[in-house]
Amino acid sequence: MATQQSRSAARLMMAPAVILLLGWMLVPLTMTLWFSFRKYLPLRGGDLGWAGFDNYTRFIGSSSFWPSVQATLVIVGGVLIITVVLGIILALLLDQPMWGQGIVRILVIAPFFVMPTVSALVWKNMFMDPVNGLFAYVWKFFGAAPVEWLSQASMQSIIMIVSWQWLPFATLILLTAVQSLDSEQLEAAEMDGASFLSRFWYLILPHLARAITIVVLIQTIFLLSIFAEIFVTTGGAFGTKTLSYLIFQRVLESQNVGLGSAGGVYAIILANIVAIFLMRIVGKNLDA
Amino acid sequence: MARAVTNNRKALNTAIAWSIGLLIFFPILWTILTSFKTEAQAISNPPVFLFFDWTLENYAVVQERSNYMRFLWNSVFIAGGSTVLGLIIAVPAAWSMAFVPSKRTKDILLWMLSTKMLPAVGVLYPIYLLFIKLGLLDTRIGLTIVLMLINLPIIVWMLYTYFKEIPGEILEAARMDGASLSKEIIYVLTPMAIPGIASTLLLNFILAWNEAFWTLNLTAAKAAPLTAFIASYSSPEGLFYAKLSAASTMAIAPILIMGWFSQKQLVRGLTFGAVK
Amino acid sequence: MGSIKLSKVSKSFGDVEVIPPLDLEINDGEFVVFVGPSGCGKSTLLRLIAGLEDLTSGAIEIDGTDATNATPAKRGLAMVFQSYALYPHMSVRKNINFPLKMAGMDQAEADKRINAAAKVLNLTDYLDRRPGQLSGGQRQRVAIGRAIVREPSAFLFDEPLSNLDAALRVNMRLEICDLHKTLTTTMIYVTHDQVEAMTMADKIVVLHDGYIEQVGSPLELYERPVNKFVAGFIGSPKMNFVSGASAQKRNADSIGIRPEHLDVSAESGEWSGTVGVSEHLGSDTFLHVKLDDGSMINVRASGDLKVEYGEKIFLNPQEDRVHKFDAQGLSI
Repeated sequence: MATQQSRSAARLMMAPAVILLLGWMLVPLTMTLWFSFRKYLPLRGGDLGWAGFDNYTRFIGSSSFWPSVQATLVIVGGVLIITVVLGIILALLLDQPMWGQGIVRILVIAPFFVMPTVSALVWKNMFMDPVNGLFAYVWKFFGAAPVEWLSQASMQSIIMIVSWQWLPFATLILLTAVQSLDSEQLEAAEMDGASFLSRFWYLILPHLARAITIVVLIQTIFLLSIFAEIFVTTGGAFGTKTLSYLIFQRVLESQNVGLGSAGGVYAIILANIVAIFLMRIVGKNLDA
Repeated sequence: MARAVTNNRKALNTAIAWSIGLLIFFPILWTILTSFKTEAQAISNPPVFLFFDWTLENYAVVQERSNYMRFLWNSVFIAGGSTVLGLIIAVPAAWSMAFVPSKRTKDILLWMLSTKMLPAVGVLYPIYLLFIKLGLLDTRIGLTIVLMLINLPIIVWMLYTYFKEIPGEILEAARMDGASLSKEIIYVLTPMAIPGIASTLLLNFILAWNEAFWTLNLTAAKAAPLTAFIASYSSPEGLFYAKLSAASTMAIAPILIMGWFSQKQLVRGLTFGAVK
Repeated sequence: MGSIKLSKVSKSFGDVEVIPPLDLEINDGEFVVFVGPSGCGKSTLLRLIAGLEDLTSGAIEIDGTDATNATPAKRGLAMVFQSYALYPHMSVRKNINFPLKMAGMDQAEADKRINAAAKVLNLTDYLDRRPGQLSGGQRQRVAIGRAIVREPSAFLFDEPLSNLDAALRVNMRLEICDLHKTLTTTMIYVTHDQVEAMTMADKIVVLHDGYIEQVGSPLELYERPVNKFVAGFIGSPKMNFVSGASAQKRNADSIGIRPEHLDVSAESGEWSGTVGVSEHLGSDTFLHVKLDDGSMINVRASGDLKVEYGEKIFLNPQEDRVHKFDAQGLSI
């Protein structure tokens, strides 16, 4: 639907965005790849030459690698399960007729707008602090000993904080999907005598399948690289060192850039595996 | 799904939904309330909910002691700058892809999206090194550019989905009416796309404002925005809950308000148009 | 002046040739209708003339000067789109003013033209409204207004009436014809509706799969279609096609007879069959007759004919109105 003239204008106007993103992707990526094959210790001698695949094997071989993979999986998996399950329930609930629906909606999505450092600090101090936190008070009120959340139940705590941040996202997207469900279909099912459970199982859930997939994929990509929440709360201690955080420590804290870069390459590959699935869905949607 | 229901049922829904809504909102509410308490009341046992001596003292202290205004200004500069810069680059690109699609348009869009999925930590050191070499470390300009780049795919995508909804025939009508390309964009496209551009602007401002990886790793004292300022409270001394709350409230309040305005666009922006 | 000449114009999208090379001449002041089933390339052809698409090959001349590579703005043509394509953020006045503003016309002169156009199109009371506040017919008038103020050398209409309801469509059809008579400007009108083509056109161009099947006045096409496609496409209800013995008797591969050219008889005739559904319109009655060999034939009989469902009747074609076709579907 266009002429030659508008096509060349279009190419010209697209150029800045494409060139910038291409640079943003290729330059650091090439550097990371390069460093990952070097023995590179900026504070202890700088670039000490080729390392081959040494960094890659050492990164995997280090004692903190597998625990970090486990921590990553537990956090991502835990948050995904909590946000998707609660998100579906909340979406169905918010779709019901009620008074003040708009306000409830606002209350529910508010956590998404809180900057990660604020939510991490507020939870850490005002709720999870074993002495002055609100939880400690509640526990004492019921005669239980206060829990040292971020050391004794560090994973659960982080999962809880992150879930609180991401629940609004899941809810909002699932609510949008629920609202696009054809109400005549549901009414027909009701006329056919389907109970709420069977309506949920046979109509609502299949309808939500796409939205759930999208929530899972997008959240996975963001959750794989959560940083501030761990940086502010445990600093990677008490078994909460995720893969991203491990790489961050290797690169900036211990300044072993070669090793960290090899880790970075692993992280990029991991994220890309998830990304491919997401792109497929988004791409299909583009054709429609 | 809105159907006729009894008032009883509606009342039950309302009660359940409000309880859950308030529960989810509670941490924010509690933070806001605590910001008006004295430090002693903030940790009093049992906790006081509403009946305390409301004070603005914390806000005054935070502003005085920590040069709050500078962090605020950095946040505004970085979030605003990256969003505006992103829009300037993205509007023509999204225009092209929406109205002059080619066989490669889809691939380009998906590729742009894929850059968004690059884990930041994977390229942390190269960026860090480049920033040192270019003298951009701990500068607002440097951070503005980085945030613009990480949000550019989202901006392009959002604008693209909005532009797609403008019928191509209207732009062709403008062409038939004798409008040149620039006049077509200025007089016809932009006014029609204003709502879409506004919500893109809003959402990206929010994302940039809350970004907490690059802002923490690429700034120190000079260019640190509010995310970094708040993080500095993670190893505090003495009584500080009320002040932490005051600082937090100031950091999130403008965004909460913006967020509430942009909630409808949020879904579209964050799912790249896959859920509408 | 508004003569348009297409020579060897073709258009391909990628490997798909939507319009094979074709020639067409449109004379100044003519009302030309491009008609054909959807996907026949009629809109593409219009857009090629408008300059909204590039030619793959060939040349377009407007008023004797080559316009093949001219931008739409430079061609001096005005277009009315199917969706009206009004600017939703501008008032009616501003919509109509837009092409004048783009042309850099003096505002006093522009206002004069806008007011004159508004008067002709009954839009005077709506000039300050936004398109969103107007009905479909009013929007259509605004789109036309926007086209006429420019005083273009030709108007292009791309299925302008397809979004209107039936009654309004007939009205607008008359208004556009009326406009053509007063302005005497060349008009090119695209439609898939052969009734619109028949009622409005001076010259009809029948398109099929990108090819021009036939060019001619409405009556020429009705009376002397060059092939089966045109014969079947023009006329309502559609022409009946019969092959077999009746065709062989007339030395043809198949014959065509319009429903209005069949005489109904109770006693005898060339074909016999039973009456199926009959539609009584008052003035006419449309009979759906199932012939003895199982084929269906439509008959247009006078409104006072009384027949029952299942009744046996005989049909006689009016011999001078029979169209004969050869094995390739061409008229003999």
